[in-house]
Amino acid sequence: MIEREEVRHVARLARLALSDEEVDRMAVELAGVLDHIATIEQLDLDTVEPTSHVVAVENALREDLPQPSLARELVLASAPAVVDDGFAVPSPQA
Amino acid sequence: MSEILELSAAAAAGAVASGELDAGELFETYRARAAADQLNAFVWVAEAAPPAVAGPLGGVPLAVKDLFCTEGVPSQSGSRILAGYCPPYTATVVERLAADGAPLLGKTNQDEFAMGSSTENSAFGPVRNPWDRGRVPGGSSGGSAAAVAARLAPWALGTDTGGSIRQPAALCGIVGLKPTYGAVSRYGMIAFASSLDQAGPLTRDVTDAALLYSRMVGPRDPRDSTSLDFPGAIELPVRSDLAGVRIGVPAELSGDGIEAGVLSAFEATLELARALGASVEPCALPHAPHALAAYYVLAPAEASSNLARFDGVRYGYRSSDADELIGMYTQTRHDGFGAEVKRRIMLGTYALSSGYYDAFYGRAQRVRTKIAEDFAVGFERFDFIATPTAPGVAFELGAKTSDPLAMYLNDFCTVPMSLAGIPAISIPCGLAEPPGGGRALPVGFQLAGPAFSENTLLAAAFALEQALGFDGALASSAGDPTADQ
Repeated sequence: MIEREEVRHVARLARLALSDEEVDRMAVELAGVLDHIATIEQLDLDTVEPTSHVVAVENALREDLPQPSLARELVLASAPAVVDDGFAVPSPQA
Repeated sequence: MSEILELSAAAAAGAVASGELDAGELFETYRARAAADQLNAFVWVAEAAPPAVAGPLGGVPLAVKDLFCTEGVPSQSGSRILAGYCPPYTATVVERLAADGAPLLGKTNQDEFAMGSSTENSAFGPVRNPWDRGRVPGGSSGGSAAAVAARLAPWALGTDTGGSIRQPAALCGIVGLKPTYGAVSRYGMIAFASSLDQAGPLTRDVTDAALLYSRMVGPRDPRDSTSLDFPGAIELPVRSDLAGVRIGVPAELSGDGIEAGVLSAFEATLELARALGASVEPCALPHAPHALAAYYVLAPAEASSNLARFDGVRYGYRSSDADELIGMYTQTRHDGFGAEVKRRIMLGTYALSSGYYDAFYGRAQRVRTKIAEDFAVGFERFDFIATPTAPGVAFELGAKTSDPLAMYLNDFCTVPMSLAGIPAISIPCGLAEPPGGGRALPVGFQLAGPAFSENTLLAAAFALEQALGFDGALASSAGDPTADQ
C-alpha cells in the first residue's frame, strides 16, 4: 500500500491532476505493481553494470551545419492558442 | 474482388509488376474494405489512392499504426490528448515505404501511446478480434493485427516495446517481427519508451514480413541517433528445412503460467522443427522471470519523461478549465490521458523520484544487463531461442482491464527479448481452445535470434511456416469483418 499523500506528491511531480477517487485507486493499483517489481530486490546485482542502451553505439556525432527547420506557420498550426507568432499560455501568476 | 484478397502482399506486388493486376484496383479494393471496417481496427482511411509510385513494394497499400506521424493525416497515438493533431512531417519509415511503392491505406487503432496488451486502452474504443469479436486482438498494435488478419489490409506497420507487435500477431493468427533495436529509424514515431521502441511488420506470412522489412532497414537515419546501418540486405526466405539448426527452449518461459492449449501447440511445433532437422534442447535464461519487473520500471520511467511534452501548449487538446499555467498543464493531462497512461506516468515518476531512483531504476538497469548476458550465453550454444509468444489465446474484452498486473503478464514471454534488443518473430502455429471452452483460436510461436540475425530468423520461420500450413483465412469463417454483427 502506498500512502495517499505520496500518490499526491508523485502526481505533482508528474504535473498530473488526480481526483480523490483516482488517488484512492492509484494507491491500490501502484502498490500491486510495485509488489511485483520488488521481486528484483532478491537478485544480487551489486557488481553488475547498468544497461541503458543495448546496442553498442559510441557517441553519434554529426557536423554542426545549419539546416532549414519547419516553417513557423506550419508549427503553430497545431497549437491550441497562438498570440503574436508564438504559443499562447495562461499567465503563471493568475 | 475476393481473388485480390486471396493474394499475399508479395503475390499482389508480383501481379502488379507483371501487369496482371492494376495497382489502382488493388488500392481501391482494400480502401473500400477498410472504410467498411466493423472491428474498429482503423481510425482513419484514405479517401483515394495517392499518385502511383513504381517500386519493389508494387503499390500494395499499407496500414500504419496511429502513432507514426503522417503529414496532414491524423496521428494521435490512440490518445485524446492529441485530438485533431495532424503532424507537419512524416515518419522516416513510412516515407521510405511510400517511396518504395507502399502507399498509405489508413491509420490503425492502438492502445493509447502503445501502453497495453489488448487495444482496450484507446481513446477510439477497443478493437475486436476477427476470430471472435467478443475477444481482444492483443496489443498494443491490435488495429494493425486485426486489419491484416481480417484482410482489411494486405500488410501493416506496428511498433513493439515489450511485445506490441508479436503478441497481437499471435492472438490474431498472423506474422509479426520485432527487429533488432536500432535497425529501423524511430524518427516520427510518437515515443513510448525510447530505448525499447521498434517499428516492425505485421503480415499474413513470413515472405510478406521479409519483403516489407527489406525496405524498412537501410542506411542509418541521421534524424535518429540510435538508428544503425543494417549489415547487408534482407532477403526473401527460401529455406525448406532446418537441418543443423540448434533451437534452445528456456524452461523459464515455456512452463508455468502458460495455458495448456498454447503449450501443446508450442510443443507440437518443436516436434515439427525436429522433423525438419533441427535440434531442440533445453536452455537456461535464469533472469528471464525478472524481465517483466525490470520492464515495468524502465518503460514507465522512459514514458513519464517522453510524455512530459504533452502539456496543452504546442499541439492537441488543452483544458479550458484553468486560468493559470500549472493548472492548465495538470488539468490538460488529467483530461487528455487515459487511466493506463496515467498509471504508467505515475509508476515511472515514482521510480525516478528522489530516494527511489537507485532501488528501482538503477536495479532494473542492472537486471537488463543480466538478461542480455543470459541471451548472449544462450546464443553460444543455440542459433535461436523458442517460446510461446503469449501465455494464452485471445481473451474476452474486459477480462483483464481491472487488474493491471494480469494484463502486464501477457508480455511475460516477449519482454526479455525487448530488454536485450534482439530480433524476434511470432508465427501462427496452430489453434487452441480458450480455457473456458469455445471456438479454437490462434497460438503464436516465438523465435528469437542474436542482434542482426533477421535473415536467418526469417528463413527458419519460413521453413516452419511451410511445414505448419496454418490457414489464416479461417478468421473469416467467424464472419465478414465489414458487416455489422
